[in-house]
Amino acid sequence: MNMMSEAAVEKALDQKMNDASYKMIGKDVSVYYGEKRALFDVNLNVRENTVTALIGPSGCGKSTFLRCLNRMNDTIENCRVTGRITLDTDDIYDQNIDVVELRARVGMVFQKPNPFPKSIYENISYGPRIHGLARNKADMDQIVEASLQRAGLWTEVKDRLHESGTGLSGGQQQRLCIARAVAVSPEVILMDEPCSALDPIATAKVEELIHELRANYTIVIVTHSMQQAARVSQRTAMFHLGQLVEENDTDKMFTNPDDQRTQDYIMGRFG
Amino acid sequence: MASTHILSAYDDELKYLSRRISEMGGLAEQMCGDAVRALVNSDSALAQKVISDDVILDHAEREIQDKAIVTIARRQPMAADLREIVGTLRIGADLERVGDLGKNTAKRVIAVQGTGVPRKLARGIEHLSDLALVQLKEVLDVYASRSAEKAEAIRIRDEEIDAMYTSLFRELLTYMMEDPRNITTCTHLLFCAKNIERIGDHATNIAETIYYMTTGAQLEGERPKDDTSNTLGAITE
Repeated sequence: MNMMSEAAVEKALDQKMNDASYKMIGKDVSVYYGEKRALFDVNLNVRENTVTALIGPSGCGKSTFLRCLNRMNDTIENCRVTGRITLDTDDIYDQNIDVVELRARVGMVFQKPNPFPKSIYENISYGPRIHGLARNKADMDQIVEASLQRAGLWTEVKDRLHESGTGLSGGQQQRLCIARAVAVSPEVILMDEPCSALDPIATAKVEELIHELRANYTIVIVTHSMQQAARVSQRTAMFHLGQLVEENDTDKMFTNPDDQRTQDYIMGRFG
Repeated sequence: MASTHILSAYDDELKYLSRRISEMGGLAEQMCGDAVRALVNSDSALAQKVISDDVILDHAEREIQDKAIVTIARRQPMAADLREIVGTLRIGADLERVGDLGKNTAKRVIAVQGTGVPRKLARGIEHLSDLALVQLKEVLDVYASRSAEKAEAIRIRDEEIDAMYTSLFRELLTYMMEDPRNITTCTHLLFCAKNIERIGDHATNIAETIYYMTTGAQLEGERPKDDTSNTLGAITE
């Protein structure tokens, strides 16, 4: 691979990130679980072709915010979201929005790999089929291969596409889930601690994948590992007690953050 | 440091590094003072001591480096902690160089021995060394207090040393022109003066590093300079 061109691609991406309008805009987002308020007027914008990492101690609201972005909170009883979240120009909490279609545009990868108890092929083809993205078998084969290629899994599974997805190793399962998310051609991919159940090698593979996916997708990742946030993201947002404390360039965030709470958290100190 | 780490062993490692830097600073300062005293008093025993002290200083620097690298690997420091450790490495290297300059001055004591250092020149060198050592001592105090403000103030003061060095340079040239038999001694003294002037530069580097460690920002712009010796001609008009 040509090193120069790779650096040039990277530079073009950074340029694109700086120029890009926001892919998603969260304005005064608050979340209540029954009486309990979990998020307090969060204003956070997600840039296009950027990996945005959400960090903060347990219970700080980072996962809650992430789940607002594709309305996963709708599935929780008693959960109420106020404020406004837009994807491009669409208000995603608008009554006329088709939630199924929204989740095709904003895909999600979870903490524990959760492949369907079906074949590898069917794991990938399920989404495109229900969204009517393939006209025939050849089309579908093509989508499955391309998705597995994107997830860096193709060479490992191409000879056993019809074996069960649950038979793969943990790291492979997680990449299968990412391939599954990619298969429906989403615009944004949300990841909720995608590596917390993986060993360092599998983690590195997923991180490399995140790095590559950035060229075509906008990624938001929740992670407990500060090092992971520093490694994979370009922007980092720090949450604490349901509030957005600081959002900054990742490089700045991990060398010289503006907020004392961020400082204490990333350095592992008592506040 | 206002707060402590959840992992107390991490605090211990950082404290260890900072203590070792202070120790290195104390030794480097003492070596440079001794070297100039040995030069002025033609004290070769003292000069010899400076030369052997440099081994201790070099050893300390390597030890600090090893510990700092282990701490980085083990703790994956972030933000102020990361800057602290990177700063430790830089300051350690500066202090090691200061020690080398002291040692080099001490070596020249033996070369100029017997020729007799003219009183006036000796006083000039002493004065230059006083300035540089005050600078070094103060920067080490600032290291202990981590005051960005004071670090910035020290950086500006390097100008005085540069001006003093330039005037000494002129004086040495004059002596050499007066009598070629002075050339050997004066050349050695010129190197000694240069060594001392460089100590001031290292003190300035350390001040800049402390500023960075404390604020996370680099001091902008050229540092003030009044060393014009590099443009002084051998034959004055």
